[in-house]
Amino acid sequence: MDMKVAKKKLGIKERYGHMTRGLGWEPTYQPADAVFPYDKYEGIKIHDWDKWVDPFRLTMDAYWKYQGEKDRKLYAVIEAFAQNNGHLNITDARYLSAIKLFWQGVSPLENYVVQGFARAGRHFRGEASRVACQMQAVDELRHYQTQAHSISNYNKYYNGFHSQRHMWDRVWYLSVPKSFGEDALTAGPFEFLIAISFSFEYVLTNLLFVPFMSGAAYNGDMSTVTFGFSAQSDESRHMTLGIEAIKFLLEQDPANVPIVQGWIDKWFWRGSKVLALVGMMMDYMLPKRVMSWKEAWEIYAEENGGALFRDLARYGIRPPKGWADACEAKDHISHQVWLLFYEYGGAAAFHTWSLTNEELDWLSAKYPDSFDKYYRPRLEFLRDKHARGERVYQSTLPTLCTTCQIPLCFTEPGDPTKISHRETVYEDEKYVFCSVHCQEIFCNEPEKFVQSWLPVNQIYQGNCFNPDVDPTAPDFDPLKAVLEYFKYNLGRDNGEFEGSEDQRNFAMWRGQASKN
Amino acid sequence: MSKVFIIVQANEEARSIVEALLQDNPHAVAQESPAMVRVEAEGKLTLKRATVEDLTGQPFNIQQLHVNLISISGHIDEDDDYLTVEWAN
Ligand SMILES: [Fe+2]
Ligand SMILES: [Fe+2]
Ligand SMILES: [Zn+2]
Repeated sequence: MDMKVAKKKLGIKERYGHMTRGLGWEPTYQPADAVFPYDKYEGIKIHDWDKWVDPFRLTMDAYWKYQGEKDRKLYAVIEAFAQNNGHLNITDARYLSAIKLFWQGVSPLENYVVQGFARAGRHFRGEASRVACQMQAVDELRHYQTQAHSISNYNKYYNGFHSQRHMWDRVWYLSVPKSFGEDALTAGPFEFLIAISFSFEYVLTNLLFVPFMSGAAYNGDMSTVTFGFSAQSDESRHMTLGIEAIKFLLEQDPANVPIVQGWIDKWFWRGSKVLALVGMMMDYMLPKRVMSWKEAWEIYAEENGGALFRDLARYGIRPPKGWADACEAKDHISHQVWLLFYEYGGAAAFHTWSLTNEELDWLSAKYPDSFDKYYRPRLEFLRDKHARGERVYQSTLPTLCTTCQIPLCFTEPGDPTKISHRETVYEDEKYVFCSVHCQEIFCNEPEKFVQSWLPVNQIYQGNCFNPDVDPTAPDFDPLKAVLEYFKYNLGRDNGEFEGSEDQRNFAMWRGQASKN
Repeated sequence: MSKVFIIVQANEEARSIVEALLQDNPHAVAQESPAMVRVEAEGKLTLKRATVEDLTGQPFNIQQLHVNLISISGHIDEDDDYLTVEWAN
């Protein structure tokens, strides 16, 4: 019998090796290509799956241990927040619009990413990549669930948080993140990985989860900052994986480089458009502001993304095609998107408002090259009209970009006074775009994007009314009928903040919190 | 040279991580924002287990960083005794 020798504990690298290597097998009942039917058709060539390494080398036991610890901390905060009326400690009820938009438009994306990684984990051949995808699917499910649990506390008191699942499939502005997620989910597994792990998580999510969440803390929302940072700690792993995944693909075969570059071009641009919503949340919806969207873009996109692309240059990868245009847009997009939502405020399930002079001054200081020249006069004009009792609401529907589905509200690179507009005719049908980059994405995959479910077009085709509605009735109000189809509580979820139920309730409850 | 960063939550557990980073990486700077601390440095940052243990007098597992980590940039090399983030350019 062998003598038991006291063995040194395995190190991280050895444990990770045991966890992720030698677990697979060659199938014998079916050829491997039948078991893994989707990991070749995109043209990506993988010669050695064992070169895939997760740099954090988290093994399953450590994963559950640390995730459990994160959840315990998070749920302690969520509970304390609910028990102590934490919602009355936020700066101002206007802040809630940002959380409504987060819940309506960001949380459902977490669920899409669960599905995407569960699928990628099934379809990649390498065991290490499958373990990584499996962990990430579980992480993203945790993100959705913790967001639901945290935000449900607001749903007890405030409007616009209900019917998330219903709204996601119908509401016009939610088709922006929804189409982004569905484009990724219906791509092949490698494109999905580049879209989500690399372009979205590595290059862009810091913008959402770092400065915005710090802003949530600054505005007294302990619940949101805690779920935000808890999710972002998982994102650190996902980002690391994103950069590993891209190195892996680029090192496996030089033929992968142009394919990957095409995906980087597409997904960086798509992601930057979705994040225009976050720009508005940071610059306009946080009553107390930590940093401007522009500053956040400079730190997390330009500086950190710039470092990344300098690093990837050795593989022959260049910065994404839309890079310069996206960087120029940092001076404009948050203002353009806010003006859009302000004017379509009747059709959004959150509130919009006029800014105070101090807030306008803050924006003037943060945006010296654009705000006073292009946006402040318009905001003051709208504020004056509101003060005269003529709150502006647009009632004609905007043209949507076929690719990103954002109404045409962005301006030409180099000319912030001119709305950017492109058109392509494909099979006798005209398609409209917000930019050359969205146009190019369409032209690369027209069969996919002709299927875009564009809310405005669907409304005009009569597909967005409840079944019992009679559009031929003499008193038929189409806008009202559409908002009912969205399940809005009219006059409570939508419209101007000033005079809203949320404003009144918050003021009343806060008053009760400080006296008997 | 490109900058790398490690961002952690502004709490008691992570305070020793920030202190260890500043101690072992003299070129690093810490910036505080609401609820978070961002440590950034040119080129490279290393977190050493031994330094955190010296500061707290308690055993520290490098992977405990995950509990209070918010974000990170650069290529990562992690082993039992250290974690390094670095750009190759
Ligand atoms: Fe997530
Ligand atoms: Fe993620
Ligand atoms: Zn577009």
